[in-house]
Order: sequence, then C-alpha cells, then structure tokens
Amino acid sequence: MLNRRTLLAAGAAAIAGPLAAPRIGHAADLTGVTADEIKIGSIFPYSGPASAYGVIGRLQQAFFKGINDAGGFQGRKLNFLTYDDGYSPPKAVEQARRLVEQDKVSFLFNTLGTPSNTAIQRYMNQRKVPHLFLATGADKWADPEHFPWTIGYQPSYRTEAQIFAKFMLEADRNAKLGILYQNDDFGKDYVNGVKDILGPRFDAMVKPVSYEVTDATIDSQVVQLQSLGCDAMLTAATPKFAAQTIRKVFDIGWRPKLHFITDVSISVGAVMNPAGPEKGVGVITAAYLKEPTDPAWANDPGLNEWRGWMRQHMPDADQTDGNYVYSYGVAKCMMQVLTQCNGDFSRENIMKQATSLSGVAIPSLINGITVSTSASNYHPIRQMQLAKWDGHTWERFGGLIEGAG
Amino acid sequence: MASETTTPTVLASARPARPALRYAGLLWAIGIALLLPLFTAESYRLFQLTLAAIYAIAILGLNLVTGYNGQISLGHGAFYAVGAYVAAIMMDKFGLPYWSTLPSAAVVCGLVGYGIGFPALRLGGLYLALTTFSLAVAVPQILKYKGIEEWTGGVQGVLVFKPDAPFGLPLSNDQYLYLLTVAIALGVFLLARNLMASRIGRAIMAIRDHGLAAEAMGMDAARLKTSTFAVSAGITGLAGALSAIAVEFVSPDSFQVALSITLFVGMVVGGVASIIGPAFGGLFVVFVPNLAEEVSKAAPGVIYGIILIAFLFVLPGGVAGLLRRLAARLHR
Amino acid sequence: MNGFLHQVIAGIATGGIYASVALALVMIYQATHHVNFAQGEMATFSTYIALTLVQAGWPFWLAFVATIGISFCIGVLIERVLMRPMDKAPVLTHVGLFIGLVLVISNLTGWVFDYTVKPFPSPFHDGPLFGGLVTGHELGSTAVTLVVLGLVYLFFRYTRLGLAMRAAAFNPASARLVGVRVGWMLALGWGLASGIGAIAGIMVAPVVFLEPNMMLGILLYAFAGALLGGIDNPGGAVIGGFAVGVIENLGGTYVVGTELKLTMALVIIIGVLLVRPAGLFGRVVLSRV
Repeated sequence: MLNRRTLLAAGAAAIAGPLAAPRIGHAADLTGVTADEIKIGSIFPYSGPASAYGVIGRLQQAFFKGINDAGGFQGRKLNFLTYDDGYSPPKAVEQARRLVEQDKVSFLFNTLGTPSNTAIQRYMNQRKVPHLFLATGADKWADPEHFPWTIGYQPSYRTEAQIFAKFMLEADRNAKLGILYQNDDFGKDYVNGVKDILGPRFDAMVKPVSYEVTDATIDSQVVQLQSLGCDAMLTAATPKFAAQTIRKVFDIGWRPKLHFITDVSISVGAVMNPAGPEKGVGVITAAYLKEPTDPAWANDPGLNEWRGWMRQHMPDADQTDGNYVYSYGVAKCMMQVLTQCNGDFSRENIMKQATSLSGVAIPSLINGITVSTSASNYHPIRQMQLAKWDGHTWERFGGLIEGAG
Repeated sequence: MASETTTPTVLASARPARPALRYAGLLWAIGIALLLPLFTAESYRLFQLTLAAIYAIAILGLNLVTGYNGQISLGHGAFYAVGAYVAAIMMDKFGLPYWSTLPSAAVVCGLVGYGIGFPALRLGGLYLALTTFSLAVAVPQILKYKGIEEWTGGVQGVLVFKPDAPFGLPLSNDQYLYLLTVAIALGVFLLARNLMASRIGRAIMAIRDHGLAAEAMGMDAARLKTSTFAVSAGITGLAGALSAIAVEFVSPDSFQVALSITLFVGMVVGGVASIIGPAFGGLFVVFVPNLAEEVSKAAPGVIYGIILIAFLFVLPGGVAGLLRRLAARLHR
Repeated sequence: MNGFLHQVIAGIATGGIYASVALALVMIYQATHHVNFAQGEMATFSTYIALTLVQAGWPFWLAFVATIGISFCIGVLIERVLMRPMDKAPVLTHVGLFIGLVLVISNLTGWVFDYTVKPFPSPFHDGPLFGGLVTGHELGSTAVTLVVLGLVYLFFRYTRLGLAMRAAAFNPASARLVGVRVGWMLALGWGLASGIGAIAGIMVAPVVFLEPNMMLGILLYAFAGALLGGIDNPGGAVIGGFAVGVIENLGGTYVVGTELKLTMALVIIIGVLLVRPAGLFGRVVLSRV
C-alpha cells in the first residue's frame, strides 16, 4: 500500500504533467513489465447496449492466452486484463484508472467506443501511458501534437464519407444526395465527411435525415428521402438498420442511381442476406477488412489463417461475425509492435514502435492494404477499396484509395 | 409494479430520541470511517468511493420522492444529466469556478423538476413510472438536439477539469474531491433526515400511505407532491454536477437509460424510505458490477442480475431493513 | 401530398408492431396488475426459441405453437419461482426484481444466441404490395394481432377462467373468499402474457430483424400506445399502438424532425393523460374511502 507522501507525489505529478510533447527517450518507464510478464489493459462493453462488440475483447483474451499456452512471447507471459464499461464514459474512466493505477498495466490496447475513449484520452496522456489502436472510427485520434500517447487504428468514418462524396461528384455533378444516419458520433461523421467535400454546395445538394437506436424501423425516413426527390443515397447505419434500409428502398420501388453504405454494415450474413441479396444489387461501399461471409474470400490465405485459428482457439464462436476478423487483425498488429520493441518494453519505446510501423501486412486486411505509422502519421490504416454488391458478393473495383489524413 | 394502493410496509416514522451520548458516539464512528480512506486508500479507490458517494446523494434524492412520497420515478437519471450539463457548461463555456456550479445545478434541476412534476404527478402510480421512464430514454436524444449543440457539444460532449485543493491544502485532487463530496453528502443526508422528521416530512409520508385521508385533513397533496419532486430533482441534480467534476467529461452516452435504472436499483437495495439506505445503495451500484465481472467475463450482466435478485430475496427491505431489524433486536 | 399518404401508411405498418406488444402489456396488467418491464426481453428470448426450432427443420406453424407453449411454461415458472415468494415484499422491491429479470434475460439471450443480426422467416407472402407501401407480412401480422385481440376479449369476457383471473388481479382477498385460487390465477396470467409476448416477437422479427435488443425501443412505444389507449383495455391498447405509429411518423417528418420523435411522442402522451388520466378508452376507477 502507498503511504500518504508517495500518494501526494503521484497526485502532484499527475497535475503537473503537461499535455503536449512528451520527451520520448528519457528515463524508461517500465511499469507493467517484469522479467516474466507484460501487463496489457483493455476495456470493452461486455454488458449494456453495445454488448455486440464484446466479442472483440473475447477473441483477444483467447489470442493472448493462446500465445501464453504456447510458451509466451520472448519468454514473457502476456497478461491481458480486460474490463467491462457497459459503453458508459464514467465507467470507462473508472476502469482505465483501475488498469493504470491499481493493476499497473504497461499500456491500454484497443479500448472501444468514441465516448469512452474521449473520456479517458486526456488522462492517458497526462499519465503518459500508451493508448493504442482504439476501436473507434472517429477522426480525432490522430492528433500527435496534443495527444501523443493516443493512436487510432482503422480508417475514419469521415474519410470513408469523403471517398463516397468524391465518387458521387465524378458520376453526377448534380446529384441530390439523401443521407440516413444514426444520430450519434458514428453517423454524424459521415455527414461531416460529405460536407468536407461539397462545401458550400452541401445545403443545396444534400438532405440528411437521422434515426435513433430506439426507433423500431427507418421506414418513415426512407419514405421521406424518396419523396424529397433524392436520387442518390448514403446509409450510415448499424447492421440491423442498414438491412432494413436496403430492403425498404427496394420495396417502395425507389431506385436511387447510387446507394452508398458504411463499411460497418457490409456483412453478407447479417446485412445483405437478411435484406434480401437481390434487393441490394448495385449498393457501393468502401472496405478495408475482409468480410468473412463474402464468398470472394472463401479461399483467401489470410482469412484461412484466421479460420484455422478460430477452429483451434474459439471453436464455438460464430464465424460469420466480422468483429472476430477485425479483432484478430488488430491483435496481430499489436504483436508486430511488441516484436519491433526488440526487448525494450518501456512505455516510451512501445509508443515509439507503435508509431514506426512501415507497410505491415495483416491477414484480415484486403490484400494490398497495409499498416503504416510515423511520428507525424497517427492514421495506421489509410487505404480503402470501393466495392459493389452484385447479388452474391462484394465485387471490388478501382485501385486502393488513399484517404485524406 | 403496481396498482394505486402502495403498501405502507416500511414506515420510518419519527423515532424516539436516543440518548445524546450514544448518538454522538455514532457520529464519531461514521466520521472516522469516512475519513479513513482519505489516508489509506489508493487514489483509484478514492475515486471509486467518490463515485459511490455521488450516487448515494442521487439515490437519496430519488428516495425522497419514490420511497417517502410513494411516487415511482424511473427517470431520475434525467435530472442527474441536467445537473451534470449545467456544471460542465458553466465551467467550460463561462469559465465559472466549480463550486459555483453546485448550487446552480441544484436550483436548475429543482426548477426543471417542478416543471416536469407539475403535470406528471397528476398521473400517479403506474402512469408516472412509465412517463418518467420514457423521459429517461429521451434524455440522450434531447441532449444531442442540434438547437442546443452550441452549448452541449452535441454528441461529442464537454470536457472539464478537476479542481485542485484550495488554500494550498496538501491534498491531491482525488483526495480533495473525495473530501468535498463526502462533506456535501453528509450535509444533504442531515438535511434530508431533518426534513423527514419534521411536520412536512410526516405530511409527505401521510400522502403516500393514506392519500385521501391526508387530503381530507386539509393537506394540499398536489402542491406537496410537486414540491417534493422538485427537492428530489434538485438533490439528484447536485449529484450530477459533482459527477461531471469527478469524471471530467459529460456526453449523451454518459446518461443512457441504464443510469436511471442504476439509481432505482441503488434505492431498492439500500432500503426504500430510509435516509441511511442510499449510502449502501451507492456502494452497491459502484462495486457489485465489478464483482459480477470477476465471476464471469462472458456475461457479467447475467451475474449482476442474479446477484440483484438474490439480494432482494434475502433482504426484501434492503440494507436499511436489515439494520432496522438488528437495531430492534438490540433494543429488546 | 403523396409523401403525406406514404407516411401515414408506413406509420400504420409500424404501429402494428407497437399494437401487438401493447396487447401483451395490457394482458399481463389485466391478469396480475403488474407491468412487466422484462416483457420485451422475454419476447425476444421466445423468438430465438422459435428461430432455433425453424432452423431445426420444424414447419413454421408447428414451431409457432410450440414456442407459445414453451413461453407459457417459462412465464408460469417465473411467477412460481421468483414472484410468488416475494408476494409480501413492497411494490418497489417488485420493480427491482423486474429490473434484475431484464438484466438476466437480455444478457443471457446475447450470450446464448450471439449478437449478430439474424433474419427471421415470415409465414406470409413476404413481398411488397400496393407499390411497396405495405408488405404481405405487415398485413398478415396485423391480422394475427387482431385475432389475438379477439381471443383475449372472448376469454376474459365469456369464460369462467377469464373472469376468475380478472377477479384475482382486481381484488385478491374477495376472489379468494369466493373460491378462486388466486396464486394459480396469477401464474396463469404470467403464462398467457408470456405466450402473447412470444406471438408479438415472432410477428415483429421478420420486419425489424432479430437481435438481442430487438424489443428495446419497441417496448417503449408500446408502453406509450397502451397508456394512450388505456392500460386496462385491450382494444384501446391496439388502437393506441397504431396511433403512436402514425403520430411518430407525421411529427418526425413534418413538425419537429426525426431527432425529437420520441420526445414528441412523450409530450403528446402526457398531454392526453392530463385530459383523460385513464387513457382514451380506459375505465376511470373511483376510489372509495
């Protein structure tokens, strides 16, 4: 137990710690690392409204256990501590402090949710604890100037929306775009991304309509967009509502020239088949992950590696759930960072290596897309590829698109 | 939930005055128990205890209207949210000091509570419960509304800073915040205790137990109910403001419907119509979910639910009910 | 104007969903004088049972009947095991129990059946009709709701059992005196409500797709519909459910915008209740001193 004086000192240090510019390379902070283990912290919603994402954390538990059972990593055990925040920011703060102050983990990895990560970002940077590869598609994690200890992972929703808007302008300069978005940070990023590209033309060209997660259906919104005369559509919705949208758009006989859909909702098993595979023909997305239920990847070596791993370590898990593919990939990326550390597991070096990845290939990413970071580039995955639904599979077209950073 | 007739099972009527000596001894014991963590607990534990104290205040507010006055509210998270946002907006947008936000939040929530209570309390019973529940569900959506986005920060929320200890006191800000919260909690608990022991308190309970008779005796039930609702909302709002300061962040996702449920669970577990009960309720809602998680990572919600049900089976009157039974046995 | 008509029809279609769930809520209120917050979660769980049976190769209607039977048993079981021993506990403790039940069942559903969205088969011709405004399923499920409503009405009105159940809920002491086995009546009420919940779940799932939180938002609108129509009136609850669907669409599209749909529905309901505290079709209960 700490005595009062050390407590005070720790408290004072926490207050005094400047937000900007950590001096990486100073006295090495080896908290959470001993001769035989490295402590890794993580926070997921295992309960509450976002429990669907709990599977990401469950795979990572199995992943690190698998490494430990096989003798550990470079002679060390990877002690993965993961807690539940129920997708509630106050609980996330509590759990982050528990991991950092009580369990004394070396770093946090893949903590999920934009609100939860916003709540703990400043704390992590004050404490100078690496806050790695966040499981959220918000744009704001790439801010090395103010938050050098926080780095995201996937391409941002905003980037994806920009790609869609550019594509639309090339196809038809005078399209009238209807956006159906979930009224939260996820959905609003798509509206903002389109705004980035259209600028002053946004108000004239775009009709955004929101839905709430508590809505039963989105029928009313779809009918509204159709009757406003929109001839292009962007759906920024979670799988259940995306499937409803594709079906409703088709059923009311509306045939928008273009229909874009967020890559969050491209699962063949959970979106396209429930909606009716024939009803979504022509829908366009921009993906970076391989979708496990897409027949295009049936014999892909990368996904086969994942399938083999799943059979061995999580035989009862639902292999149609794309979250498992995501989770496996980001865990692989983490292992690359630890390998690059080359035995020096100080917090400074872990952060340095996490921001010195160059062209790392990961089995879950669409072939050709790689992970690259640098001291000034905190966008690990910047590339996506457009794909069109042909009734059976997502047919990719065009080259890899580099998002704005 | 139920019909119009609320069973007056737990009656915390005015107790006979205890010998002053024993009373003082009890206060000292409580005081020492509250101060002890300040010097022994790690700062993360202090933070948890601070949260527990904040929840205890909020639950006390709920208990006034639901436990003592018999008006079931499943939407007190709404007032907690309003209190938190008042504090965050005052600190972030106007640069006002943290301490000034606490009374403001209480007053604003009291007014909001009055405004909502005025029509809602005329519904009564089940209708009130469901209406307040819908309010709790609607709160995050209202907070995100674009008309007020300039103030609330929309879906992104508002970040604020924890205060340092004043007057150069040698305390970390976790220690200071703990001290501040506990002091405020003590004050609010004492006030609530005195209120309930007073004439007004007895009237509030009389309306719960025998509404018609109370009215026949000349009590203005509607006015008293609305005022109780306002006071209750104000106390819960105060807790919300403290939570914004302790967590240093507010966003619509911080105040989902689960929050209102949490407050309700804390009230039932601590003991309905009890002043001391909410303190145990606060501890329960902070620590038991972590315990549930230790048991099962696969489905912590299932374990938490089972613990809750089992707890209510063993102690239908909550912790306060148990204490009352123990006290009765000692006095015999 | 065409848009307006479309919104009304889409509202009626969605309102049908609310109506079927509202009916289940009224049912349990009639039989037990409780409002079960876990109703939605129980219905979702039942729907997963139905899906499991259908996937195992059972014909749809056989699975349908079996699911109602299983749900009935689950309802009776919950009453016997959980509610009965807590008979004497304060009302607020009952609400606490319901909350515990919600937590257990909703998390259990996700744990056992996964969180991925699953399609659910419809027994009706599931194609668009009338230019896509309504699907065959929506018409079929509305018909099912109306049939269930009719059966519930006949049951409570004309059978001895129905009368005994109403008596047991309305005035347990007097009912016991005239020989009604009150305890079992309550258990039966739970069973019936749970069965009707299962029907609602099975009718809703093809429209909104099946996932563990399927009923979360629906339950709320169903509450609103039941309150609007009168919590003690099955017919009123059904009309209330349809009304909420239409109000929600028109208000969201033309008045306040989709962001405040729920809030607006809430305000309207409070408004109605202030004028008619027992709902539009509810009976006003006079209390005697």
